[in-house]
Amino acid sequence: MPIFKLGKTHIPHRKNTAKMAAVRMTPPTQVQISMAQHIGAPAVPVVKAGDKVFVGTLIGEASGYVSAPIHSSVSGTVKKIGEYLNSQGRKVQSVIIESDGEMSADPSIAPPVIRSFDDFSQAVRNSGLVGLGGAGFPTAVKLDAEKKGLLKKIVINGAECEPYITSDTRTMLDDTDYVKKGVELLLKYISAEEVVMGIEGNKPECIEVMTALFADNDRVRVEKLPKTYPQGAEKMLIYNTTGLIVPEGGLPSDVGCIVMNVTSVAFIAKYAETGMPLVEKCLTVDGSGIKNPMNVIAPIGASINDVVEFTGGFKDDVAKVLYGGPMMGIAVYSTDDPILKNNNAIVALSFKEVNHNASNPCIHCGRCVAACPMGLNPTAFAKALKVDDKEDRASRLEDAKINLCMECGCCSYVCPSRRPLVQNNRLAKADLREIRSAAKK
Amino acid sequence: MNKLVVSSSPHIHTQNSTTRIMLDVIIALLPAAIAGVILFGIDALVVIGICVVTSVLSEMIFNIAVKKEQTVGDLSAVVTGLILGLSLPADATIWWQSIIASVFAIVVVKCMFGGLGCNFANPAATGRIFVFIAFSTSIGRGVLPKIAEVTTSATTLEAIKGGAPEGALPSLFDMFLGLRGGAIGETCILALIIGFVYLVLRGVICFETPLIYVGTVFVLSLIGYGSLEIALYQILSGAVVYAAVFMITDYVSTPITRTGKMIFAFGCGLITFLIRFYGSYPEGVSFALLIMNILSPYIEKWTMKRPLGGKKA
Repeated sequence: MPIFKLGKTHIPHRKNTAKMAAVRMTPPTQVQISMAQHIGAPAVPVVKAGDKVFVGTLIGEASGYVSAPIHSSVSGTVKKIGEYLNSQGRKVQSVIIESDGEMSADPSIAPPVIRSFDDFSQAVRNSGLVGLGGAGFPTAVKLDAEKKGLLKKIVINGAECEPYITSDTRTMLDDTDYVKKGVELLLKYISAEEVVMGIEGNKPECIEVMTALFADNDRVRVEKLPKTYPQGAEKMLIYNTTGLIVPEGGLPSDVGCIVMNVTSVAFIAKYAETGMPLVEKCLTVDGSGIKNPMNVIAPIGASINDVVEFTGGFKDDVAKVLYGGPMMGIAVYSTDDPILKNNNAIVALSFKEVNHNASNPCIHCGRCVAACPMGLNPTAFAKALKVDDKEDRASRLEDAKINLCMECGCCSYVCPSRRPLVQNNRLAKADLREIRSAAKK
Repeated sequence: MNKLVVSSSPHIHTQNSTTRIMLDVIIALLPAAIAGVILFGIDALVVIGICVVTSVLSEMIFNIAVKKEQTVGDLSAVVTGLILGLSLPADATIWWQSIIASVFAIVVVKCMFGGLGCNFANPAATGRIFVFIAFSTSIGRGVLPKIAEVTTSATTLEAIKGGAPEGALPSLFDMFLGLRGGAIGETCILALIIGFVYLVLRGVICFETPLIYVGTVFVLSLIGYGSLEIALYQILSGAVVYAAVFMITDYVSTPITRTGKMIFAFGCGLITFLIRFYGSYPEGVSFALLIMNILSPYIEKWTMKRPLGGKKA
């Protein structure tokens, strides 16, 4: 293991809900289930208005290799299928289902028969599982690296490095048996030598439970990670647990690794046992704009409002609502937006905490350069973006390796001048993409 | 429901700010300023006051004149004024030279290049050099401390340069406390070390940059003069420690990378020694700084880390 670990930015932990077991919310009267809840091609609706659906009924079919099926999270009647503007500003198809309040499971649901890797991969595909750490990459696609015989290590992400979020903590403490069964399934069907589970040092109880859980299995190793951010970022996690470096433009499988979130692993075991696809998600509801922070199990497609109302509501001075944590989370325009598969938190911030300070000039202090876990220079992107000549601008951005930026937020967090560095990097990436694709035409 | 704020992540930020950093530097400069006033009397306070007030006023008037947003609130002009004032001798008769130095530092070196963050050279060091060369008879004069019997006439560096007779130099301990001729803030090494410790503890500067600079001057002097005693006098006299803590640690005019800062400090040490050893000036700290300021962008380019997993371009 590397002695000098990467990702050393000190940010507040704020794990206020770590000791609160998740509570299943009362089902909402209506859900809005988006067909684009994963990286890749959106799913295609296979139901129409008026159809009767149950919990777990397939309502959207995967529409390509990198895609995932979508299932109903309530029982009731399909009311409408329409296009809605999501929080990233894209129009996505959504299925609106009116709940009958019964939450009755689809009668056709049965545990999958798994005898081979192909069965296993197909089961994961049918379950609708996407990376639950936040990125939402279809899990079955990741597993297919096995077919190429590339996998040597399975890295399980229990870092949960974002402030506030404790949903993975609760998985490790409450769904301990499923984590164990999930790891055993992976070891059975994937020819990896070892499983490494990385857990940030701010969760000693999880490290204790997981270490004890796998004490008799010498192919599983639990690694304690520094209490600094961003330990859960894929490339940091791989390096800090195995010493391997994912090359530029490459995937974890290029160095023989597959990275899975601990909640994804537990879900695989649950699915293998029950056959119930991914229709609900444990979310941490917390932040200075929330009255009663807690962990909630919510059906996919419930609105943010429904979930927060269940916990006791927003405070009056709420000014910002996020899908996810405050470092990488997405600010929503409307609290009517639905819960997605890859959400693991709803964080609401009060007016006081939302940063209204104007940014000051860069004083060249180098804090962003020191903080970047990827070893990039955020000030170089800012300078390059000001160059007028398109070709020159693009080549400067490429030289400074803009595409290695994972938008973890460390640079913006530490900047004493409040420079919008991450936002700048996003603009730069989009700009580079545009210039390069225009050049191809 | 209130209207929601939508912005790019991250949604939380450090409590640190540019103004807080500037305030920390001011706090770190206070021991040296207080020591200067104790050592050199009320004249020291007059010079410091003139520099700070002129610096702030110049920036304010410049911003009004060119219709720029007012920036004096960030305290950076106060820092420049303080650093400049402390690098001048405690002599109330140089009041108008102090004004010229401050106006030059703020208007020409800083504001005309675009203000905070845009100057390529250290404003205080450049302002000092400007008046040092223009008014060499009045500024270069070593003013002696008023609180104790100090018999040496010239500055220690001039004495060493001229082949100091036995017993003509203050003791090393007196040098450490500041009982020697020199600029207001540079003589009391004890006060400077207090400032250094404060800045390191507050995370404003890296601890190694000042140490590398002082270390380089020390080691090269040891080799050059072949005497431990003279090497110690070399680092305790002139502006070496003062510049180490407050000038070569300037953010704007030094490389952004940590390794770059180390190379910068080494380069400053090397040039300081070369000027002192071979040059005709007894002191070379500000010149060394200015030369390295010019090289800074190149050092920065050479010391940029290779990103994790990044292919060689």
